[in-house]
Amino acid sequence: MERDTKPKGSARRQFLADTARMVCGVGLLGLGLGLYARHATALPPAAIRPPGALPEKEFSAACIRCGMCVRDCPYDILHLAKPEEPMSTGTPYFVARQAPCEMCEDIPCVKACPTGALDHRLTDITKARMGLAVLIDHETCLNFLGLRCDICYRVCPVIDKAITLEPMANTRTGKHAMFIPTVHSEACTGCGKCEKACPTEIAAIKVLPIYIAKGHLSAHYRLGWVEKEKAGGSLVAPDLEHQYNLPEGMRYDYGGKGLQAEPGAPAAAPAAPGGEGGAVPPAPTFKAMQGDKL
Amino acid sequence: MSASSQRPGAEAVAAKGWLAAHKWLILRRASQLGILLLFLVGPWFGWWIVKGNLNSSYTLDFLPLTDPYLLLQALMSGQTPERLGLIGVTIVVLFYLLVGGRTYCSWVCPVNLVTDFAAWLRSRLGLKGSAHISRQTRYWILAMTLLVSAATGTIAWEMVNPVSMLHRGLIFGMGFAWAVILVVFLFDLFVMRHGWCGHLCPVGAFYSLIGKFGLLRVKLPARAACNDCMDCFAVCPEQQVIRPALKGIDGAPPVILEANCTNCGRCIDVCSKDVFRFGTRFGAAESTAVAKVSPVPK
Repeated sequence: MERDTKPKGSARRQFLADTARMVCGVGLLGLGLGLYARHATALPPAAIRPPGALPEKEFSAACIRCGMCVRDCPYDILHLAKPEEPMSTGTPYFVARQAPCEMCEDIPCVKACPTGALDHRLTDITKARMGLAVLIDHETCLNFLGLRCDICYRVCPVIDKAITLEPMANTRTGKHAMFIPTVHSEACTGCGKCEKACPTEIAAIKVLPIYIAKGHLSAHYRLGWVEKEKAGGSLVAPDLEHQYNLPEGMRYDYGGKGLQAEPGAPAAAPAAPGGEGGAVPPAPTFKAMQGDKL
Repeated sequence: MSASSQRPGAEAVAAKGWLAAHKWLILRRASQLGILLLFLVGPWFGWWIVKGNLNSSYTLDFLPLTDPYLLLQALMSGQTPERLGLIGVTIVVLFYLLVGGRTYCSWVCPVNLVTDFAAWLRSRLGLKGSAHISRQTRYWILAMTLLVSAATGTIAWEMVNPVSMLHRGLIFGMGFAWAVILVVFLFDLFVMRHGWCGHLCPVGAFYSLIGKFGLLRVKLPARAACNDCMDCFAVCPEQQVIRPALKGIDGAPPVILEANCTNCGRCIDVCSKDVFRFGTRFGAAESTAVAKVSPVPK
């Protein structure tokens, strides 16, 4: 009996040593793989997922990298990430500046997905949120420079909802308007047509992943005017009409004329030229100064 | 022991003729390349017979096929597939229950072409010596990939899987996947004999688990005729599977039941005595001479 235990014990030791070696070796490999897998789930901003893609974290778990969405895209815009590209190998993406999503009504790429990485509940392409267009460079956007380029607005498949042109005073010329392309996240699908069509050397409007493009108000914020409308009236003290202290016999015209003489008031001064009445001094002084200069 | 100076299979070529001694090898290469070609004629010529790749495919808009190992990793990371994926995975599992799981490795997997070439070159160059790692390592790696999938919420092995990288690369664009494949090739050639497919690859390990119950098997009805030329051992990528069935160790029936037999059929080719043939796992009827062989003296 005594003799038997010795080889048994050494066999057990050998077994434990072998197991430990295996667990440590493979564990090390697993650690590397895990860290790499975590890194690879970050998506570079220029890469846009197909319509209906789950949030990036879930997408990289659900997508089995088969490329069927790539095959069923009639415009051939989708690519599968190659191993050297900084995203999950084999996952589909497109680059808006090269070829944007054409927003097919029947969304064949989503239908082709065998795993639900592209959410099959997406049946209306205008509900897709592939990314969000952002007019990212105000310095080179031609409309910001005062031109009527408007191309991003014109090519938008959800024109007047996803992108509107908002008039704004051109303070450089002092007399023109600028029409600022303004993206509305509740309608923008992130298709990337605007980025593709932007005529500047490098696009001033770009589609970005929503997590980069979109801010979020803190939960406790309330918009006063919204709350007021909901409540049907002011929630705090009753609104007071704003009072201006104007020179006697004058009134302020909000339509753009500015300071005006009250009709029928005595000692009326002529209306200030140019309607920039806000800073008009009492009339006689004003006149005298003008006379001096001339 | 006649073949020690000759290349394995020389005796079979002499006995059966070249074609008969390469029958299964030729069929197997035809299967591997044919399947690859089915995937490639789509992007090459626009003949869309099969869409997708080995991870998941759709044949003639009728037959969905999905890799069960991949889907298992997706499940571990908390995702559930769509109907098409579920049907596809069911078909694949049933198919490999029939033909033996690791049949995938030798008849379908494109990496097998690479590692077979490495093994062939290794023997042609007479490269001796090989690092030693247990063949069980693949199961540890398999378990590890499932754990990492669950822990990181990703399909972990897909980040580095040379099998899908090569197949996807050939169909959708290679990128730097060639470097990964080159590493596998060089590893098999210089570092370890049958290193990747026989010791490390968790895809094969997973398919071997399905194959434990596989119906299609290599049988040895004429094992008594074995003349110990060792050619089958020389060509077999999973040598450990042959001995129990060939030598009737512990009364083993004359059928290779080891899950890691890849059903490549090369042993059938190279045996000049026609010991092997394909059959089912059942009805392993002992041929007359077996009783004489089974009590192998030590």
